[in-house]
Amino acid sequence: MAGKDFSMLKDPMVDNNPITLQVLGICSALAVTSSLKVALVMAIAVTFVTAFSNFFISILRNQIPSSIRIIVQMVIIASLVILVDQILKAYLYEISKTLSVFVGLIITNCIVMGRAEAYAMKNPPIPSFLDGIGNGLGYSLILLLVGVVRELFGSGSLFGVQIPETVNNGGWYVPNGLLLLPPSAFFVIGLLIWGFRTWKPAQVEKREYKIMSEEGAH
Amino acid sequence: MEGLLSLAVKAIFIENLALSFFLGMCTFLAVSKKVETALGLGISVVVVQALTVPINNVLYNTLLNEGALDWAGLEGTDLRFLGLISYIGVIAAVVQILEMFLDRYVPALYNALGIFLPLITVNCAIMGGSLFMVERDYNLAEASVYGVSSGIGWALAITAMAGVREKLKYSDVPDGLQGLGITFITAGLMAMGFMAFSGVKL
Repeated sequence: MAGKDFSMLKDPMVDNNPITLQVLGICSALAVTSSLKVALVMAIAVTFVTAFSNFFISILRNQIPSSIRIIVQMVIIASLVILVDQILKAYLYEISKTLSVFVGLIITNCIVMGRAEAYAMKNPPIPSFLDGIGNGLGYSLILLLVGVVRELFGSGSLFGVQIPETVNNGGWYVPNGLLLLPPSAFFVIGLLIWGFRTWKPAQVEKREYKIMSEEGAH
Repeated sequence: MEGLLSLAVKAIFIENLALSFFLGMCTFLAVSKKVETALGLGISVVVVQALTVPINNVLYNTLLNEGALDWAGLEGTDLRFLGLISYIGVIAAVVQILEMFLDRYVPALYNALGIFLPLITVNCAIMGGSLFMVERDYNLAEASVYGVSSGIGWALAITAMAGVREKLKYSDVPDGLQGLGITFITAGLMAMGFMAFSGVKL
């Protein structure tokens, strides 16, 4: 049993990652990753919301009429997000200003809805809770990877601590400003997916069209 | 008037919801394989956005904002913390009503857009539009213009993306980049193109 629980946490991190394989929750993955600190707070917030929304929806799963289940799920998720939003505003005001609308957008983050619909509606509370944490961690993993690349190369720091001293401060590193701008997030995630799929070839998508080979002609 | 016009241009090009705020990315990547479907979804987003942003604006200013309930004798009530849940409720309700309305009165349009409407409730571009409206303190006129034009911006981006992807499917892409990977890179290049607009001062 312990082994199964562990694999429920581990699976969504690599083999079934919500971002690189299930294509869920990409909006925020791109928007909040230009600094690592913000990415970390966002990752924790999403993991918290996914885990608890899964838990509560799973407790209520036999009471929720299927015709209005989306609304019920929305209400549960929205209440949890309000909780997170208020906590951030109270204790981490600076970061909550940087995250601006993206905390609110956890409500429409497809990971939360997707896991509620696909897993929590059919399974008991404890496994659902673990599934939520697992998927939250899978999301966090990508978020932090992208955050590390963008902050390290974009401003030469990690968690705001300068690593290579930048040219402006008398060091040698010329920061690559492009990495702080929106397009770079697309490139970093695209390349990350390439890396993941080269490592795990089973995740490669099938081609719709094949280029004909010339073997027969010779 | 001039202010509203520049707000519209800004929302469509410079602050494009999809390409500079990454909103509605899930649908942006999943439903951009064909130009026709992308256009259909784009139009539904414009319609829903044009309705929900002004409605949420009215809701915010008459019920939720600090001091908005003074007329009812509830002075100093601040219900802004209920914002998130109210906006999503409005969005879900508008989408549902629109779906029923189209089904009953405009069946042709319902057949074309019907399948996309449920997708729109969970599209972050819609929710994002309302949240930006609140954050930037738009009045009703600005909110209406912002709703329509940010929707148009999103529709423009997804249609262009679908056009690129239709051509792209014949090209020889490395195995690992096939599908999702190359779509991200394409979106990145498009975002770079749209960044050229950010030099435009209005």
